[in-house]
Amino acid sequence: MKWWQIGKRNADLERELQSDLQLEEEEQREHGIAPEEARYAALRAFGNPSVISEQTREVWSWDRLETLLRELRILIRTLARQPGFSAVAMLVIAVGIGATISLFTVVWSVLLKPLPFERPEQLVRLYEISERFPMNGPAPGIYAEWKRQSKSFSSLALYKDWPQYNLSDGGTLPEQVRATICSWDLFATLGVQPLIGRSFTAEDDQPSANGTAILSWALWNRRFGGDASVVGRKINLDAKPYTIIGVMPRWFAFPDQKVQLFLAVYHERTPEEMAVIDNHGFRVMGRLKPGVSRQQAAQEVSAIVRRIQDAHLDNAFVSNGAAIRPLIDALVGNIKGALYMLLAATGCMLLIACLNVANLLTARSAARRRELAIRTALGGGRLRLIREQLIETFVLFSVGGAAGLALAYASLRWLVMTRSDMVRVESIGIDAVVVATVVGLVLICALFAGLIPLLGSRSENLLAALQESSRGSTSGPSRIGVRKVLVGAEVAFTVVLLVSAGLLLKSYMRLRSNDLGCATDNILTLHFTLPEAQYGKPAQRMTFFDDLLARVRALPGVQAAGLVRAVPGEGYFGDAGIAVAEHPPLPQGQSQIALVRWADPGYFAAIKIPLLRGRTFGSDQRLDAAHEVIVSAEFVRQYFPNEDPIGKHLISNGDLGGVGRSQHSYEIVGVVGDTRFELPSPQDPMMYVPIDNGMDGSAALIIRAAHDPESMALPIQKTIQQMDRELAVSDVLTMDQIINKSSVEANFEATLLAMFAGISLLLAAAGLFGVLAYLVAQRRSEIGIRLALGAQREHVLRLMLFDGLAPALGGAAAGSLLAIAAAQLIRSSLYATRPLDPAVFAGVIGLLFGVAIAACLLPAWRASRVEPATVLRSE
Amino acid sequence: MAKTPERANVLQGTLDMLILRTLLYGPAHGHQIGKHIQRTTNDFLQMQHGSLYPALHRLERRGWVASKWEMAPERNREFKYYRLTDKGRRQLVVEEAQWKQMAEAVARVMWPAAEES
Repeated sequence: MKWWQIGKRNADLERELQSDLQLEEEEQREHGIAPEEARYAALRAFGNPSVISEQTREVWSWDRLETLLRELRILIRTLARQPGFSAVAMLVIAVGIGATISLFTVVWSVLLKPLPFERPEQLVRLYEISERFPMNGPAPGIYAEWKRQSKSFSSLALYKDWPQYNLSDGGTLPEQVRATICSWDLFATLGVQPLIGRSFTAEDDQPSANGTAILSWALWNRRFGGDASVVGRKINLDAKPYTIIGVMPRWFAFPDQKVQLFLAVYHERTPEEMAVIDNHGFRVMGRLKPGVSRQQAAQEVSAIVRRIQDAHLDNAFVSNGAAIRPLIDALVGNIKGALYMLLAATGCMLLIACLNVANLLTARSAARRRELAIRTALGGGRLRLIREQLIETFVLFSVGGAAGLALAYASLRWLVMTRSDMVRVESIGIDAVVVATVVGLVLICALFAGLIPLLGSRSENLLAALQESSRGSTSGPSRIGVRKVLVGAEVAFTVVLLVSAGLLLKSYMRLRSNDLGCATDNILTLHFTLPEAQYGKPAQRMTFFDDLLARVRALPGVQAAGLVRAVPGEGYFGDAGIAVAEHPPLPQGQSQIALVRWADPGYFAAIKIPLLRGRTFGSDQRLDAAHEVIVSAEFVRQYFPNEDPIGKHLISNGDLGGVGRSQHSYEIVGVVGDTRFELPSPQDPMMYVPIDNGMDGSAALIIRAAHDPESMALPIQKTIQQMDRELAVSDVLTMDQIINKSSVEANFEATLLAMFAGISLLLAAAGLFGVLAYLVAQRRSEIGIRLALGAQREHVLRLMLFDGLAPALGGAAAGSLLAIAAAQLIRSSLYATRPLDPAVFAGVIGLLFGVAIAACLLPAWRASRVEPATVLRSE
Repeated sequence: MAKTPERANVLQGTLDMLILRTLLYGPAHGHQIGKHIQRTTNDFLQMQHGSLYPALHRLERRGWVASKWEMAPERNREFKYYRLTDKGRRQLVVEEAQWKQMAEAVARVMWPAAEES
């Protein structure tokens, strides 16, 4: 019979015993005993049936599984008897495993899991290389040549993923959506088919074609209610008609999930723009032919770029090489180092957690030493004791691991919410690989933490244990030695985490204290783009800008308003090569570039960028009459050293956004303070041209409010709606929010690492406290004797304190060495902070010793308060 | 928790052997086996049912005996009859040999004079 037939087996046994008992009774009666007495006589002869059945059942339970279950039952009872110990151990494990698993899930989902495309290992991104830019976006003209000449790729696609379009379809409110404009073969290159409808064809992807659009699943579901008949419907993008031809599958995100719309690039951009070879504003991805290595392909495309450069030596903006890297590396690029760093940190914390649990177990097995010795003396097998210990650790870690998994689930939800900007964030989830990793981690950690306490007990002498315990002392020196080493290791790893966290916090603080170069209080910004169809002429745009500024400035609560292409901290946006008319021509191959912004004359005052010299644009700087330019202080430092820039002329090399206005000459009329395009970026040379020349329809409106800038968002949006019902605004943000966005990654890393370090510090402190408290309890009688013999209480306090601090001292020394190595590893995440920042190291050591002394003070003080009389009497 | 299996094993082993030997005469139910051992040893071995039934079930688990509910001819109701299996028969030979060795060894220790002289 099998163990799951217990019920049947019990009934069978009951029946057997009853029938035999009845037989006994019958026999007694046959021997002439009175019926009522026969029953008792039978029971006397037979024995108690329930005792017999119990003993018999025990025979069955010598089943391996039942033994295990029984041991587990006993174990759970043991653990429940020490709820404090069990809860603390499980909590420590849950936190350690939970943190490690959440970071592992992110690393696995974002960095390691293959991209969800066909044969993803063949997919690569292509870059142009020049001296100034080691990894530059390809120019469309270069892409065309790669496609025509190269033989390494089965397919090459061009795309650009940041254009914003004003989407309106008559019915619902207009909105700004981000689009990927791509060559028609992008989806074929990735190996993806639309969920419904069709993909682009080569015919769709040319200037003369009718507009076609493919929707992302999210946009389709949100705006069109997931209606399958949407294919063939007309929508307006920037006031031009497009036909929806398809919808992508739900899982599809390229390059990320912020893109909601796909359009054909050669239809969107003019043939002139698609022919340039020195404007590096695109991205190119390709699928390698089977058997072609990345190196071979890189050599081929590099050679093509060099041939083009040879033909255009006069143009310093043509690259001189090309590079290739796997598409997944290109997609996850920046986040990789940060994620691995955080994973390493959680691994460190898990190690500390394991050491802590091992420490607790050692303490407990020391306390149970007498029990174990007695059991061994009674014949309990050593292997069995070890097995019991391991099972116990395993149960602790399993429960802790399960709690950790729940913790990981919760923290991942939080992480996905706070870091929705992270690439591939949509692929983050707990899957079979993660669960398998949890199980593996639990096993490894349980084995690790379970075996350490056994180390100290190997040399254990049974007799000594029994004798020792009779004297009221419970542990030999080897045990406490193990625990000191464990705590020392905990302290060492804690130092590593603390130093890393300290460095990141410092660099985050440096970053946040960076001056963007403009006012950040009470500023509200928003973006809009005037569609070509209605605002095709510069005069139309200028009229809109003038009207908008006049209306917004009239709103109550608005102190100042201005228009600019991009607000400081928002990003790179555009640059241009420039030459100074009054300077001799630059040597061949050299170039001068500056970031370009369009601004209205009131912008600088509105956002409080100081005017250092000269003046702002004159009111006559409109349309074709515009010829003034304002430059930044850094621009002057780099391109006009020891020279007065006012009155000099700049000749733009490319266009400054205006069609057909390259080689236009601008006169410098003013110098303004430096700004940063991103919080961590240097103060690059920047030039401003008047927005009223109407060259571009994309602008950011900024307003300075008296207070509470966010309350101004609604009135401003209403004002814009009154001017143009179809015009959508986007990125309504205060300056503070822009700064937060710009530093979110540094903030994220520093916060998480500080959290991990804090938890580790707590664990290490608990370890120090535990060891010393234990040591004091063990040496109570010795201390009592010392005091009785005249030792000073202060002396005892000092003695015990030093005893407790010794492991911290060793740990801190070892940890500092490890931290020096770790600091080199996180170097790339640091901003304006040296890896061996002495302040951080000193601070960490100081903090550690502060905590260590606090942890040791109570047990040491208790030791010095020992009453000699009490102790000696109890001996 | 650890019982003291070594000591119990010796007794169990003996009991096992006695049961197997009893079943050599043919199938019997628990009561009969207990009575038989008791009677044969002239009530020297007081059969404890508390160890008889566990032993029977242990032997069954090991496959040395098999059990079946059968009608007892003289009582007209069913009893659980145990019967020796081939495996059990072989085990009996083994245990018998072991017991003999053991008895001889004990005898040599207890009455050395007989050996030496």
